[in-house]
Amino acid sequence: MTALAHRWTREHPQLLLILGAALWLALYRTLIPASEALVALLPVARDSHLGSALQFFFYDTPKVLLLLTGIVFVMGMVNSYFTPERTRALLAGRAAGVANVMAASLGVVTPFCSCSAVPLFIGFVQAGVPLGVTFSFLIAAPMVNEVALTLLLALFGWKIALLYLSLGLTIAIVAGWIIGRLRLEAYLEDWVRELPPAQVLSDDGTVHLQDRIEAGINNVRDVVGRVWPYIVAGIAIGAAIHGYVPQDFMASIMGADRWWSVPLAVLMGIPMYTNAAGVIPIVQALLAKGAALGTALAFMMSVIALSLPEMVILRKVLKPRLIATFIAVVASGILVVGYVFNAVL
Amino acid sequence: MKQIKVLGRGCANCRNTIQLIQEVATAHGEAIELEKVEDIQAIARHGVMSTPGVVIDGTVVHAGGMPSRDKVEGWFAGA
Repeated sequence: MTALAHRWTREHPQLLLILGAALWLALYRTLIPASEALVALLPVARDSHLGSALQFFFYDTPKVLLLLTGIVFVMGMVNSYFTPERTRALLAGRAAGVANVMAASLGVVTPFCSCSAVPLFIGFVQAGVPLGVTFSFLIAAPMVNEVALTLLLALFGWKIALLYLSLGLTIAIVAGWIIGRLRLEAYLEDWVRELPPAQVLSDDGTVHLQDRIEAGINNVRDVVGRVWPYIVAGIAIGAAIHGYVPQDFMASIMGADRWWSVPLAVLMGIPMYTNAAGVIPIVQALLAKGAALGTALAFMMSVIALSLPEMVILRKVLKPRLIATFIAVVASGILVVGYVFNAVL
Repeated sequence: MKQIKVLGRGCANCRNTIQLIQEVATAHGEAIELEKVEDIQAIARHGVMSTPGVVIDGTVVHAGGMPSRDKVEGWFAGA
């Protein structure tokens, strides 16, 4: 079976793509009614606590997972155009400003995993990418990722997803620009500054369509395989909140008229390390119970962009003062986003 | 004997890469010296930006994600 699929990918990549897309669409069309029918079959009243929790769970889990599989596959193919080496070559030697915008945007499409944040950081700095520009990349890459965007799209709709995308990019661009202006190069660890400059090569190996399809499949196996338990757990908790927490309960803690709720949400988010996958379904449920959108967005961004484990890894290349500046600048950006949203909406 | 280093900080992909290399090497009946490099400074010196990276006899042959089985087979083919 796998051998057959393998040969197919080699010989008819376009056909495989079209077939795959059709199959995905057919599945998406049938899964939603199927999950509704399944809940209707269960011996619980639909308007009971358990009934509304089950409905949320069975309705959202297949929808989210299917959307995620599709988007992660496409992103895997897109990622294959933007290797870290090529991104670095695009950014090396550019002045701040435009380069910050480029770096943040490239952060969205370049494959990124927090376990290689440090080698990537060093690679950029070594090749002469300015520090502030490197930070724009490093802030955008984890914060605006396909998993977060898919969940926002599935649970909140495209407007909120787009809002999150543009705000995340804005924070990354502005924060990187400020860090660049502060001229903190002296606060890189000494061994990083002593590394010999890297020569910038961009590999121009031709990549065929079938290789990109394989990259997409690998991305699905890798990303969906890693995050699905978090998503299911997150939706389960969200479902429990939907079913059992009284309406408007969250308004008293996370409502827009509580000025301290935004900084509290940011502070609570820093030590939490339940990636986007787990936190977004919970936030969606809280929102339904009266939490303010700005506060909820601030919480999400803080969980995703400022994580304690990542700081511990970054400490190996940054001196404490640079880490503190990084946290302060990004946290301020998130605070502004939270307050602006609570005020406007 | 090939000296192979896998660069990476203990993520699932790094462990899988090590396992894959070991499997393929055994299948080819070739003795290898496999080393896992987790130190950030050492990884940086090889100029690898995305882990896992694979270094054979001092040359970086792969970086970023798990190498495909075909690619790993290729490292052992000519021997």
